[in-house]
Amino acid sequence: MTTLQTVFAKAKADDRAALIGYLPAGFPSKDGAIAVATAMVEAGCDVIEIGLPYSDPLMDGPTIQDAVHRSLVNGTRIADVLRTVEGVAKTGAATLVMTYWNPIDRYGVDRFARDLAAAGGVGTITPDLTPEEAGPWRAASADAGIDTVFLVAPSSTEARIKAVADSCTGFVYAASLMGVTGARDQVGTAAQGLVERTRPHTSLPVCVGLGVGTGRQAAEVAGYADGVIVGSAFIRRVLDAPDEASALASVRELGAELAAGVRA
Amino acid sequence: MTAADLAGNGVHGDDPDTQGKFGVFGGRYVPEALIPALDEVAAEYDKAKNDAEFIGEFDRLLRTYAGRPTTLTEVPRFAEQAGGARIILKREDLTHTGAHKINNVLGQALLTKRLGKTRVIAETGAGQHGVATATAAALMGLECVIYMGAVDCERQALNVARMKLLGATVVPVTNGSQTLKDAINEAFRDWVANVDHTHYLFGTIAGPHPFPEIVRDFARIIGVEARRQIMELTGRLPDAVAAAVGGGSNAIGIFHAFIGDEGVQLHGFEAGGRGLESGEHALTLTAGSVGVLHGSRTYVLQDDEGQTVESHSISAGLDYPGVGPEHAWLKDSGRATYHGVTDAEAMEAFALLARTEGIIPAIESSHALAGALKLGREMGPDATILVNLSGRGDKDMGTAMKYFNL
Repeated sequence: MTTLQTVFAKAKADDRAALIGYLPAGFPSKDGAIAVATAMVEAGCDVIEIGLPYSDPLMDGPTIQDAVHRSLVNGTRIADVLRTVEGVAKTGAATLVMTYWNPIDRYGVDRFARDLAAAGGVGTITPDLTPEEAGPWRAASADAGIDTVFLVAPSSTEARIKAVADSCTGFVYAASLMGVTGARDQVGTAAQGLVERTRPHTSLPVCVGLGVGTGRQAAEVAGYADGVIVGSAFIRRVLDAPDEASALASVRELGAELAAGVRA
Repeated sequence: MTAADLAGNGVHGDDPDTQGKFGVFGGRYVPEALIPALDEVAAEYDKAKNDAEFIGEFDRLLRTYAGRPTTLTEVPRFAEQAGGARIILKREDLTHTGAHKINNVLGQALLTKRLGKTRVIAETGAGQHGVATATAAALMGLECVIYMGAVDCERQALNVARMKLLGATVVPVTNGSQTLKDAINEAFRDWVANVDHTHYLFGTIAGPHPFPEIVRDFARIIGVEARRQIMELTGRLPDAVAAAVGGGSNAIGIFHAFIGDEGVQLHGFEAGGRGLESGEHALTLTAGSVGVLHGSRTYVLQDDEGQTVESHSISAGLDYPGVGPEHAWLKDSGRATYHGVTDAEAMEAFALLARTEGIIPAIESSHALAGALKLGREMGPDATILVNLSGRGDKDMGTAMKYFNL
């Protein structure tokens, strides 16, 4: 199993940022998600975030909402998410689950941590779980040997950045802008400042997500962050493709462009 | 209005803790980007509720604009169906814009100005909160955007027109169930992106801390007035207080002043829709389970994997799969009792009040009326039941025309 620590150490040794790709389980289909994520890894993603589809994704923009909705219509359940993690982890990429809090809360905190670790998952990203509410989840994750990743935002105060960073293992997720997920023409100008404000509070890698969708943007972010997170742009490639074969080709193309970006 | 009328701080030991928790309920489950804004709102509200000038201005608006105090009306012909019990209505339908929602929006619009923000956003189901927010925004010169499920836009077309006339932009939400739940998600998305100049004027006592506390405090005037008025009218406290519960703001508004009165039963009536067995209902407290929705730990209609289950009610205002955390706490502590009323029972009470008393209630409030009839039969002829008539039924005439073939 590849851990986040291994990935970031290797990327650092190569003097580059890590490339992190996001895809919801069950999209475009249950098996199709494993195929797309595998293509993302083959094209150069070091880390894959498998999204746990949730009915009320309040931090997501239209592209991810669309993909998640399709996944839920496909009947995706937590067992499918874990099976997807298992399939993707076999590629050698460090595989995380990104999820809103309620599905873990309902499934059972200890049970989810245990089952995720058993599936080969290395951690979670929980965008609506604050440090104040995260105690039981951090304990369960530590017991299961998986990492916890939480988010800092441009609006975060110094005290909040410290509290969030202190709750993280693996890496700190810096939301590049004030807004929801989705590729944009420009990565938020606040991103670099946020990474710089986060550094003094942690020795963990700091990765930037929200709004990144091109090789040029990946290169720009790689200039100041330890990892570049891309979600909606990959999903857009799948949504726009006429069939699965062209979707895989298109995802590989974007993955290669981004992988070159983080090495630029 | 006094500071105690506004907040009733600590009077009954029922304020949330510093994390916004009512027991295990409440809290904050939101993206980090919103935490500073929630902190800012909480801090400013703490100052405002102790500021005589703010309280004075809120009080002036309630009296001179909203039309407070609203009266009590005893409804003996209606109560003939309640086994002889006395039924007394708190007439929130007589406020400006026709529902209890006006109290909260005036308070939060004043708060928006204190925060130095120029734009308000809100979600709405039946349209009452949207209309109230658009009204307060017009009054105070704030830009206003209202998110409303596309399904609700259709069934509440009159309220959409009212909001537009008041200068608001109405955004139909076409995600998910296209009702209140999805309108709330969309409003949160807007807020994350525009939080620097925008206040999310939350419409009910759900959502992340401090909204459950703020909305309750601004709605609390309903119970403060009603408690005083019923003592004047009957010489004693009521035996029971009844209110409809969707998100729960009108119910908490009237319950709150009575929480310390142990002899007063508190009864909330949720939308039973087509009945519990049908699966088409909004029985969050009576049939839901504890989870997290829209930033708060509370009772939620959800499946075994934590996916929100769509609710159903003939009343758009009650068609919500969550509920305010304070109601969850009142339920678990046993202080309040929650029951279901079906669409059919609510519509029967709707028509009965119209024919016997000349008052057309909102369909939301009709759930409380139907509940009061049942309570009266159970409690006997000596009982006095205070019902929060949370709004008027003009907005629901389209539904009534269809339902009764009028």
